[in-house]
Amino acid sequence: MTAVADPRNRRTALIAGAVALAMVGLAYASVPLYRVFCQVTGFGGTTQKAEAAPAAESLKALHGRTIKVRFDGNVRGGLPWEFAPAQGPVDVKIGEQNMIFYKAASQSAASTTGSATFNVTPEAAGRYFAKIQCFCFNEQTLNPGQQVEMPVVFYVDPAILDDPDAKDIDEITLSYSFYPVAQPSKAPGVYATGSSELAQKAR
Amino acid sequence: MATHADSLHLQAHGDHDHAHDHDHKPGFFARWFLSTNHKDIGTLYLIFAIFAGIIGGALSGFMRWELANPGMQVLPWFTKGNIDAAYHLWNVFITGHGLIMVFFMVMPAMIGGFGNWFVPIMIGAPDMAFPRMNNVSYWLTTSAFVLLLISMFVPGPAGFDGAGTGWTVYPPLSTSGHPGPAVDLAIFSLHLAGAGSILGAINFITTIFNMRAPGMTLHKMPLFVWSVLVTAFLLLLSLPVLAGAITMLLTDRNFGTTFFAPDGGGDPILYQHLFWFFGHPEVYIMILPAFGIVSQVLSTFSRKPVFGYLAMAYAMVAIGFVGFVVWAHHMFTVGLSVNTKMYFTAATMIIAVPTGIKIFSWIATMWGGKLSFETPMLWAIGFIFMFTVGGVTGVVLSNGGVDTYMHDTYYVVAHFHYVLSLGAVFGLFAGFYYWFGKMSGRNYNEFLGKLHFWIFFIGVNVLFFPMHFLGQDGMPRRIPDYPEAFHYWNHIASLGYAIMLVGMVVFFVNIIWSLLAGKKAAANPWGEGATTLEWTLSSPPPFHQFETLPDLRNMKGAH
Repeated sequence: MTAVADPRNRRTALIAGAVALAMVGLAYASVPLYRVFCQVTGFGGTTQKAEAAPAAESLKALHGRTIKVRFDGNVRGGLPWEFAPAQGPVDVKIGEQNMIFYKAASQSAASTTGSATFNVTPEAAGRYFAKIQCFCFNEQTLNPGQQVEMPVVFYVDPAILDDPDAKDIDEITLSYSFYPVAQPSKAPGVYATGSSELAQKAR
Repeated sequence: MATHADSLHLQAHGDHDHAHDHDHKPGFFARWFLSTNHKDIGTLYLIFAIFAGIIGGALSGFMRWELANPGMQVLPWFTKGNIDAAYHLWNVFITGHGLIMVFFMVMPAMIGGFGNWFVPIMIGAPDMAFPRMNNVSYWLTTSAFVLLLISMFVPGPAGFDGAGTGWTVYPPLSTSGHPGPAVDLAIFSLHLAGAGSILGAINFITTIFNMRAPGMTLHKMPLFVWSVLVTAFLLLLSLPVLAGAITMLLTDRNFGTTFFAPDGGGDPILYQHLFWFFGHPEVYIMILPAFGIVSQVLSTFSRKPVFGYLAMAYAMVAIGFVGFVVWAHHMFTVGLSVNTKMYFTAATMIIAVPTGIKIFSWIATMWGGKLSFETPMLWAIGFIFMFTVGGVTGVVLSNGGVDTYMHDTYYVVAHFHYVLSLGAVFGLFAGFYYWFGKMSGRNYNEFLGKLHFWIFFIGVNVLFFPMHFLGQDGMPRRIPDYPEAFHYWNHIASLGYAIMLVGMVVFFVNIIWSLLAGKKAAANPWGEGATTLEWTLSSPPPFHQFETLPDLRNMKGAH
């Protein structure tokens, strides 16, 4: 029995080895797949990115149903900013476009860059919370002592009323956490110019 | 190539008798440290598993001692009275206990030990397909164990030593929560153990597919060989996913990637998905070989072929398949949607069907058989009882709704110890007593074996059954201290540990006595019921068996 020299054994082992390698590849492939899955399904409170709110006529059947939206802001990882929502809870009409603001103030003596992650609870509401414009899509750089208002434009998708898991939700919390960015990318965020132009424009 | 050399040797001495073969065993160092013989490597794995089991069992002993009474009494001895260090030491102990028992006790004993010893013999092969790779697997496993032990003594979280992450190593506790190198060493340990197991799995798959003796068709293979084949496939498909996940963890920790870090767009829940995609098949990796051992033992001591052989084999295949699509039942509380939970609940419950087929067929194997209750049979019947209890609580926990209440309570601890600590370990002891004479050449002491069984059986039930009550009362797992309300059943459980420990002393006395003074074992001490090929060889088998392959083309039926 010259087992090792047996080409059959060698072939079986090579196939099995290839399967093992393919499974490692699958583990890595799951990272982008999982991200796509979350964006499509709103899994785990992933909010949706939208271009525009639904047309006004399509909302008439909703009879102006409202939902309360709360806001929450955090700073993590030692970023020297003060960051909080600029207003309390807001009652919004389902389907209607809204704009709210967060306030950020740098307490640092140097220019600092942060990027925000976001999440909504209850998680089932994630797929119906659509953001048209948000500072969370870019890195933000603040100069020493600079204060800015950061706008969020969003609407609550009327489809929430058709989802048995989500239709009873009467309060949604939108939460942002700012993390420091150690190596800012080449294209700075909208606040790098030292003014809150965009915020003012939006107003 | 070692086997090539062996083959020349076989050609030269093929006609000589086995006793003569002893002269050609390599010297001590070459035989045990450079071994390419499947039986020697199997023995090494068993010795290693017993050694690791003593360490893993001692860790749980300190845990039960600490939990015997509320307050912190035992662990502060190790930390010079520092209570926070004692709390962390608890986390290190549960991590060490879990990883050691899974990767360095049950898996090496089941697959490396009994698998190496008996898969080649049972299919009529002279050795494994890749004897040198077999040696590599073994030494990777031992190196992994050394790395894990080292990790307990190097800094983990700020100010404390060791990885206190649990065997699941979830981020962010394992990333930002443990800046020291302890978690890196634990990850490397899992890498090495995983690589060793994957190589072993490739070896078993090749051996079983290509090296069966003439007439040994797949549908005539003993069920233990089937169980190892299914296990090897589970290892091959699941371990690389763990390797990928912990590599991402490693780069998150050291090289600034953000696979699981939300500040860079990652998601810690993704790690849980990847971990449990490996972790759930892993529990079947631990239990399937025990299924195989129990089938052999029950058939032998019932003096009947296994009832429903094909259903038994394909039930294991079905368990293997379904085992890959139920992983999120470990994650019912991470915020899955109701529909997702419904799917994972239903899929998990479906596993009870092939498992039920196996339990039914084991009982039907005994039904009408000429039963005798030697020690291995006691362990096998004990296995059926324990595994059924654990299976029933598993069906309870599989409900997404019920699990919201039960999640991370002692009920879960009771459940998985009934299927693993009792199920898998009873299977291991059944195999150990069943094959002890075959492997060592000496009979174990029947009285001590039975004494071991009864003390251990009573001990572990006193130890683990009260945990159901603690869990239903809401006691969380992974805590070293608890309110007075949980004292009573915790105290009983710790007494159960002490009883179990006495049983283990009997076990070790039995091993030592039997090796030194046991009677010489016959080729087949179990009589007409023992029909698999290992019983056609001497005890212990010759250093090289089946120099001419057995011809099984006239073999009737399956084992």
